[in-house]
Amino acid sequence: MSGTLTRHRLTRHRLTRKRGPAAWLTLTALVVVTAGVLIPFALIALNAFKPPAQYSAHGPLSFPDGFYTGGIQEFWDTADFGRALWNSVLISGSVCVLAVLLSILSAYALGIGRVKGRTWILGAFLIANFLPQEGLVYPLYDLAKEAGLYDTQLAVIIIFTVIQAAFGTYLLSSVLGTFPRELLEAARMDGAGRARILWRVVVPVSRPTLGVLLVFFFIWTWNEFFLPLVFLVSNQNQTVPVALGTLQGQHIMNPLTTSGAALLGVVPTIIFFLIFQRTMTRGVTVGSIK
Amino acid sequence: MAETPIPVLQRRRSGAATRGAGAGAGAYLTYLLPAVVLFTVVIAVPLVMNVYTSFTDWTGVGPRQWAGLANYRQLWHDSEFWASMWHTLALVAAMAVVPTVLGLLMAAALFDVIAKRFSPRVASVLRACIYLPQVLPIIVAAIVWSWILDPQYGALNVALRDVGLGFLAHDLLGDPHTALLTVMAVLIWFQLGYPVVIFMAALQRTDPALSEAAEIDGATWRQRLWRVTVPQIRPEIYVVLLTCTVASLRTFGWIYALTSGGPGVATQVPSYYSYQSFFTDLDVGYGSTIATVMTLIIVAVSVVFLWVQRRHAG
Repeated sequence: MSGTLTRHRLTRHRLTRKRGPAAWLTLTALVVVTAGVLIPFALIALNAFKPPAQYSAHGPLSFPDGFYTGGIQEFWDTADFGRALWNSVLISGSVCVLAVLLSILSAYALGIGRVKGRTWILGAFLIANFLPQEGLVYPLYDLAKEAGLYDTQLAVIIIFTVIQAAFGTYLLSSVLGTFPRELLEAARMDGAGRARILWRVVVPVSRPTLGVLLVFFFIWTWNEFFLPLVFLVSNQNQTVPVALGTLQGQHIMNPLTTSGAALLGVVPTIIFFLIFQRTMTRGVTVGSIK
Repeated sequence: MAETPIPVLQRRRSGAATRGAGAGAGAYLTYLLPAVVLFTVVIAVPLVMNVYTSFTDWTGVGPRQWAGLANYRQLWHDSEFWASMWHTLALVAAMAVVPTVLGLLMAAALFDVIAKRFSPRVASVLRACIYLPQVLPIIVAAIVWSWILDPQYGALNVALRDVGLGFLAHDLLGDPHTALLTVMAVLIWFQLGYPVVIFMAALQRTDPALSEAAEIDGATWRQRLWRVTVPQIRPEIYVVLLTCTVASLRTFGWIYALTSGGPGVATQVPSYYSYQSFFTDLDVGYGSTIATVMTLIIVAVSVVFLWVQRRHAG
């Protein structure tokens, strides 16, 4: 009996520690794939600060022999990039806060209040989040024109608040569905009303989930393209992706400014990625656990 | 947005549910009101208006002319629409099927081999690098790729010429035979990190004893993956397949920035086709028809996935 056990332990030890040729081969394959994934990033870094003369003489693969910021500057001015950045921050920032607030309210009714028919309501919200935006765009464009909101950031903020909150309600309701009932009962005993329980008990306890939602809504809204492209026609209102996309669409960019443009487009999201990496890994998986 | 994690619907303890409902669930309706109002204005009304417009002839100004099923009849005989539907299938392969299969293999390899036999840190660094494209706005990633793939100045063709393989240099996006395949390859690059991250998280909650027992019993790596691991992480596989399929049916930014649907209609997709009908051709009725069909397809796909998922969860 104890002999078998020891043998099993030994086998297990051997199996988990062995670095045979197969293991090295797997590592090599994964490193090659990862390197392949990173090539575009490396190319941007290699070319964003390359002097134009060198680019035309030696192409995109040569190692830069100087530090040249002209390409980036040129693009920054053509695209009015500072303004685009500010617009993106304003829109994504407003949407993430408003959408989290809206999600809290409706998830309180659905997850804790257990309003009748909540399964159907949640299903509708989830599917609303999946809907193709071309199925909403023209009527929204029409309505916005009538309401005088066309080509305003407010229109985009309202639309994305609802779209993100549709998903947020779905996620938060299923999280609040498991909220400890004892806490609610205790607060009720102490004479707290529904509103007080929401802001003083439910919200503080769910803060980690709310944080994840906040980050996700910010990044998702930042990356949106289709609806902002339709709604924000004047340069002064455009977000980063729309500003980049319209320039690309007009074929104004040359290979020199493109790498600068790409760098400016990549940098903010890499910064978000680094700042929020912990929250993001937690958030990416928050959907699939349970 | 590239993907959306979905929580697998929670099964609730019935005791808690009745207690909650007993305490006057109706009073909570006030909290639902803002969402219902906004949802109606921003989603429900536009959705209905779009379906209605699909039965009319309209340039976007003036009154709509009732056209009955004329737009749908035109759609049925429209080779560009059918081409866009076939391309959508190709994009489902590139964004959902291939990344799910590859992502599963890579996540299993990172989890089983790299993390255990080398170091968990190596595994998580590789994972973070593979995930990196996912944080980019699609439009930025598409601009990067159209620059790399530029026939003259692009890094790819320059590299081929530099190493003496100039005869392989090719205008990949400009040739109707290679354009769609090139877009598919780019989409795989973009999408791969999402399943890898989700599946690695899923593997962390699986029971290692099951896999070890199978290993001791002589099961090969492949047998353990398919018979032991996959059944345990089935919920995550559904989530990834659903969100990636929906994302591929909604593909717009990639086509807008890489090919504009061309050359010819070689990379046309429904979302871009309806966008062109709305804002370039000013054939709003027809654009609404394409959009209505896509809405129906996406709703159907989501409902089927959620139904299968719930059945397996129970």
